Amino acid sequence: MIISILRSDTNTPQTYTLEDKETTLLHALTHIKATQDATLTFTAGCRASVCGTCAVRVNGKEQLSCAYKVQDGDVIEPLNYHPVLRDLKVDKNQAKETLLKSSAWLQSFTEASLTPKDEKQSERQTDCILCDSCYSACPVYAVMPDFLGPFALTRTYRYATDKREGNAKAIIDNIQSNGVWDCTLCGECTLACPKGIDPKMDIMMLRGESLQYGHTDPSFATQSFGEPSFGFDPNSGF
Amino acid sequence: MIDVLIIGSGGAGLTAALSAKDVGASVLVVGKAYPTNSQTSMAQGGMNAALANVEEDSIDAHIADTIKSARGLCDEERVKQMCTSAPDAIAWLESIGVPFSRLDNGKIGTDTVAQRQMGGASAKRACYAQDYTGLKILHTLYDTCLKHHIDFLDEHYLLSLILEEGVAKGATFLDIRTGEVKQINAKSVIVATGGYGGIYHGFTTNMYGASGDGIATVLRAGGAVSDMEFIQFHPTALKNSSILISESARGEGGYLVNTKGERFVDELKPRDVVARAIFEQFAQGQEVFLDVRHLGEEKLMELLPQEVALCKLHENVDPSKELIPIKPVAHYSMGGIDVNALMQVEGIQGCFAVGECANAKVHGANRLGGNSLLEIVTFGKLAGQHAYTYASTTSVNMPDETQKKQDIDYIENLFSKKSTLNFYTQREKLGELFYEKVGIVRDNTKLNQALEAVIAMQEKLVHMGIEDKSPKNNTNLTDFLEFVNVLLLSSTIISAAIARDESRGAHYKEGFEKLDDEKFKNHIVFQWEQTQGAKA
Repeated sequence: MIISILRSDTNTPQTYTLEDKETTLLHALTHIKATQDATLTFTAGCRASVCGTCAVRVNGKEQLSCAYKVQDGDVIEPLNYHPVLRDLKVDKNQAKETLLKSSAWLQSFTEASLTPKDEKQSERQTDCILCDSCYSACPVYAVMPDFLGPFALTRTYRYATDKREGNAKAIIDNIQSNGVWDCTLCGECTLACPKGIDPKMDIMMLRGESLQYGHTDPSFATQSFGEPSFGFDPNSGF
Repeated sequence: MIDVLIIGSGGAGLTAALSAKDVGASVLVVGKAYPTNSQTSMAQGGMNAALANVEEDSIDAHIADTIKSARGLCDEERVKQMCTSAPDAIAWLESIGVPFSRLDNGKIGTDTVAQRQMGGASAKRACYAQDYTGLKILHTLYDTCLKHHIDFLDEHYLLSLILEEGVAKGATFLDIRTGEVKQINAKSVIVATGGYGGIYHGFTTNMYGASGDGIATVLRAGGAVSDMEFIQFHPTALKNSSILISESARGEGGYLVNTKGERFVDELKPRDVVARAIFEQFAQGQEVFLDVRHLGEEKLMELLPQEVALCKLHENVDPSKELIPIKPVAHYSMGGIDVNALMQVEGIQGCFAVGECANAKVHGANRLGGNSLLEIVTFGKLAGQHAYTYASTTSVNMPDETQKKQDIDYIENLFSKKSTLNFYTQREKLGELFYEKVGIVRDNTKLNQALEAVIAMQEKLVHMGIEDKSPKNNTNLTDFLEFVNVLLLSSTIISAAIARDESRGAHYKEGFEKLDDEKFKNHIVFQWEQTQGAKA
């Protein structure tokens, strides 16, 4: 079978011929590097879908190389919205900055009584392996490079709703700008996630949390109310 | 100058960073990948602590189980220290937000943490987070590092420790992105770079990159390594891909059967016993399968969803309908950098080591499931504190650039040298050689053949090198540097295995099937330019 891989030095796809045998993309890449082309560059780790190192795009869709069975004619490219360092190896630092900006951690610990139900509530969200697939699939980055994005928001949701969190407001306050309200709810992140996480749903839930902490949907505010001084005053008239 | 330079960003490194920062140190964590890419993410089963949340348990029982499994090769004081501080370690993880699996008991705090049975434990003692215990601890540690503004330097590959008169003053790294050799000075260094299971390339559950970089670097710098011959084999990895199928598959009632469909061992015996029984079947020409069909599809999806997916993906087998072909493969390295009670490396002042790369002598000849996550958290914390104590009480002057210059020459030489022998092929050969001759059942004939083969390969190293000559993002270069480390450690493992004419825990030798305390209740230690010696 023949697959093509986007090479960064020429910015053109290069084709490689592989034995017609069922194999994972990661195994194929490792084989190519060892026997055909030592310059082909990619990153990998655990081979078992848990270290988050080997995500790429195959025929336009995000895949973990270690969990994708390579097919004849596949077109392999690096993740979107990440600076390409070389071939399929990308710079993830900018994406990781979103965790820092959104303060995705436990702010203030309070001892709590947790149950299996509480465990279930954040089970999926905490399956995240930071592979950056959702970040690559998110169309908001095409227009807004500073968007906090799916994985960081899912992570803030997990901490903000943890019973042990004594200051959820601090997290919610930090995700208002370039955050929860800027998502288009297109659901591409949910489709891309190899661990079955649903960032779209988490973001919708975070909008609800935001309203409870007194934040408002900025687009709704400007569209419906116009200039504040001419706004509707419920206490006037009547 | 940084107070504490931490090399390696897995669970041990991140815990050490947090604890050093907590006591006031300036900290930098340097890793060859990104922090959450590490081997810690692959730990599934749990982390031991005698909380007695599910059934009666005690710290004394945890200590006794650990000592028993270590087969006389552990330091009992350190086992006591680790097991005694286990409940505090869980409390600390609870306080940073680790999403443990829970009990429905109406209690609060760590009293609600669920605990499960692991092999060799006298009670349900392993705290867990579904089948993702390591992943969830690692990511919570990382989030907490961001909270405390820990500085990270990603994609920097360790080249050498900087030593002046036997004192560590930092390390040199290859910046993988630029190809530049960099020197980072520090008052103290913590090595937390992981194990060496990657030697068994193709026959290990470990990730690419488990190449014992820190251990090889310490060895080159004159530090001591010990117990290198003790490598734990996990009984059930997938036959074709060596991907781990968790012990819980047997814990939940899975059987092991041979080609004839016969069971041949009590599946819940310790890992070394089960692995040897499977190996015996192979020797008789049998294949071995894990049979979980009787558990039914629904139960399998509830208990082992990760395993079901991995079997379908990597083996094309549906475990609810078919047998799972398995083989035992290398899983964990008990040996490593020899450290004292302060996690200080024997032979190098100011250098500390922790985690799988270190031999803190708590696992001895056989590690208990659930004790490695415990070790990285409890001893990671100690390493961070002791390194800072050392850094703040010792005056360390700036090192010169001698080491960096040597390393620049070394790397430049690799770029100018022509490679005539493909090291990737040699890496495969080494993996096969180790699995076949330095594996589950050893004998002196095979071990000596393996040593000869490794020495021959070391001699051929001059013909090997890199084909990719691009300075930037050259993973052909880092793959090669890893192979150099693996090859260096190979001879220490085999030499120690040859010297140990007995069977103890994970080291089993035909012709010497008994434990021999009189001659071998000691650690085999290697130190550069010193003759190999046994230390009581």
